[in-house]
Amino acid sequence: MNNEPVISIKNLKKHFPSGSGRFTALNGIDLLFGTGEFAGIIGPSGSGKTTLLNIIGTLDAPSEGEALILGRSAGSLSAKESAALRKSKLGFIFQTYNLFPVYTVFENVEFPLLLQGIESSQRRKMVLDALEWVGLTDKIKSRPAQLSGGESQRVAIARAMVKKPAIVLADEPTANLDANNSHNILQTMEKLNRELKTTFIFATHDEKVIGYVRRKIFLLDGKVADDEIVNKN
Amino acid sequence: MLSFKLALRNLLGAGLRTWLNVVVLSFSFIIIIWTKGMLEGWDRQAKSDMIKWEIAGGQLWHINYDPYDPLSLDDSHGKTPPGLTFSSSQPAVPVLITQGTIYPEGRMLSVLVKGIPPDQKLLALPTDKLVNPDEEVPAIIGKTMAENAKLDTGDYVTLRWRDKNGTFDAKELKITAIFDTNVPTVDVGQIWIPIDDLQSMMLLPGEATLIVTPENTGPIETNDEWTFRDHKFLLADIESIIRAKGSVGMIVWLILLMMAMLAVFDTQVLSIFRRQKEIGTCVALGMTRGQVVKLFTMEGAMHSVLAAIVGAIYGIPLLLLQAKKGINIPLESSDFGLAMAEKLYPVYSAALIAVTVLIVMTVTTIVSYWPSRKIAKLNPTEALRGRIQ
Repeated sequence: MNNEPVISIKNLKKHFPSGSGRFTALNGIDLLFGTGEFAGIIGPSGSGKTTLLNIIGTLDAPSEGEALILGRSAGSLSAKESAALRKSKLGFIFQTYNLFPVYTVFENVEFPLLLQGIESSQRRKMVLDALEWVGLTDKIKSRPAQLSGGESQRVAIARAMVKKPAIVLADEPTANLDANNSHNILQTMEKLNRELKTTFIFATHDEKVIGYVRRKIFLLDGKVADDEIVNKN
Repeated sequence: MLSFKLALRNLLGAGLRTWLNVVVLSFSFIIIIWTKGMLEGWDRQAKSDMIKWEIAGGQLWHINYDPYDPLSLDDSHGKTPPGLTFSSSQPAVPVLITQGTIYPEGRMLSVLVKGIPPDQKLLALPTDKLVNPDEEVPAIIGKTMAENAKLDTGDYVTLRWRDKNGTFDAKELKITAIFDTNVPTVDVGQIWIPIDDLQSMMLLPGEATLIVTPENTGPIETNDEWTFRDHKFLLADIESIIRAKGSVGMIVWLILLMMAMLAVFDTQVLSIFRRQKEIGTCVALGMTRGQVVKLFTMEGAMHSVLAAIVGAIYGIPLLLLQAKKGINIPLESSDFGLAMAEKLYPVYSAALIAVTVLIVMTVTTIVSYWPSRKIAKLNPTEALRGRIQ
C-alpha cells in the first residue's frame, strides 16, 4: 500500500428514514485508503457495505462526518461536481454487471470515454486496450445477451477500467458467478491493480474475494469491527 | 451532440421496438399530410370550379338582387349599364333570372330559369347547345337536375312562368344538352335557356339580373342600379363551408396526432420504468440526472425524426402519385354538403409538410420530456438496484 491517501473517512454516519424514526446504516466510520490498495469491505447483509461504497462513489452523501474522495468532500459536492468526479476518477463494477443491453461490448466499454469527450481514434485504441486486459477482443461486436456471466463481468471491468480511474468500487462482483469465473475475474482485477496502481475497494461477503484482497475491513452493524492488512508476499 | 449520439445509438440498438414506433409515427405523418392535402385539394377544386362555371372575374348585381330571396327576382332586373366596357375577346355575360315551374312527366317542379347568351365563352356552361334552329326554346340542365327531374337530352318539358306584369304563360322547352358540373349553384333546380328568349318571354328586352365579368377586368365603375361583387364576396359561402369542413379535418388531425403521441408517451413511460438500472448506471458512470433526462427526451423526440425520414421514403412517392393521378371518389357528390368531383387531386404544399413535421416533432419532444422529468427525482442508488420508485 502506498501511504498517499486517496480516500479519507472520518466519523462517517449515515441515517435513513425508517417509519417514524430513522435507521443508522453507518455509525462512526474512520478509514483511510491509499493509492493502489486492493481492499475488501466485508460483512453480512445489512452491515452497511453498499452504503459505504455508495458514499465513496459520491452516489450518496453522508449524514454526519466527512468523506474526502481524492481530496473532495463527498458531502459538499454539487450534483455536477460529483458527476464530474465519477466521470473521470471513479469506476464502478456491479453485482449484476449493469451493461447496456442494446449496446455491443465495444459500445459498452466506450461509454465512459464518450462522456469524457475523448476523440474517436483515441477512444477506439483505449477500448481495445481495455478489452485486451480482460481478454475479450474477440467479442467486441457481441451484445450482453450473447455473453456468459463471466464475460459480462469482464466487460464491466473493462468499462470501469477503460478511463484508468484512481479508484474502482466493486459491489459483490462475484455474487452471480461460479467459482472458476470468480477466480478469473479476481485475477484480472488483481493484475490491473498491480499494473495500473488503481485502488480497488470491494464490498463482499464472498470467501473467494476475501482470499484475494490485501486488506480486510470487517463491518458489523455500521461500525468497523476489524481492519486487517494481509501480507501476500 | 453527446445526447444526440447516445440517443441515436440507443434507438438503433433497440431494433424492432424502435422501428415499430417509427413506422406507426410515420403513418401518422403521412395520414395527417394526406388528410390536409385532400381538404386543400377539395377547397381549391371547389373554388376553381365555381370561378370556371359561375362567377368568372366577378359579377355585377342588380341592386335588388338577393340570391337567397326568390321573391326579389321580380324586381331585380335592369338595362345593362351602357358605360361598361370589358375585354373585347371575352365580353361580359348578362344573365336574366326568374322563377318558373316545369312539369316533367306530369310532376311539378319549381326551378330558376336563367337566360344566358348562347355565344358566351366566359363560363364553362355548354351554351353553344342553346342554338336551336327549330321552333322550340332550347334548354340545358345539369346532371343533378336531370336526375331529379328525370329528363334526358331530346326530352320536351313544359315551363310555366310569370312575365313582368304578373301574367302566367307557358311554353315547351327542348332539353338540348345535359352538362356535368361540381358546382351545385348552376345545376340543382336550374334551367338555362337563351337570354333573348327569356327576355322576350318576360317582356324585358335588353335587361339582366346580373352580369358576369371577365377575369382581370380591373376596377369597374358602378351606378345606383348595379353593384360589383368580387371573388371575396362571391366565394364567401364556399369559404365558410370549407372552414366548417376544416374544423372537422382539424378534429381528425388532432385524433391522429394524439394516437401517435400516445405511442411515444407509452414508450417513454415503459422505457423509464424498465430502464431504471440503466439510468442508475448512467449516473454512476458520470452523467448528471439532467443529462439523463435530456438523453431520454432526445430518444423520444428522435422517434419523430426517424419517422419523418421513413415517412419521406415511402410517403413522398405515394403522395406525389396521388397528387398527379388524383383519387377516385366513389360516392355521388350530392351525398355531401359540398360537391365533389369524381376525381380529387390532393394539394401538398411545402408549407403544409413543413408545418406538420414541425408540429409533430415539437409535440413529440414535449410528450417525451413529460415522463422523462421523473428521472430527475430518481435516487441513483435505488435505480442501480433496479428498484421501482
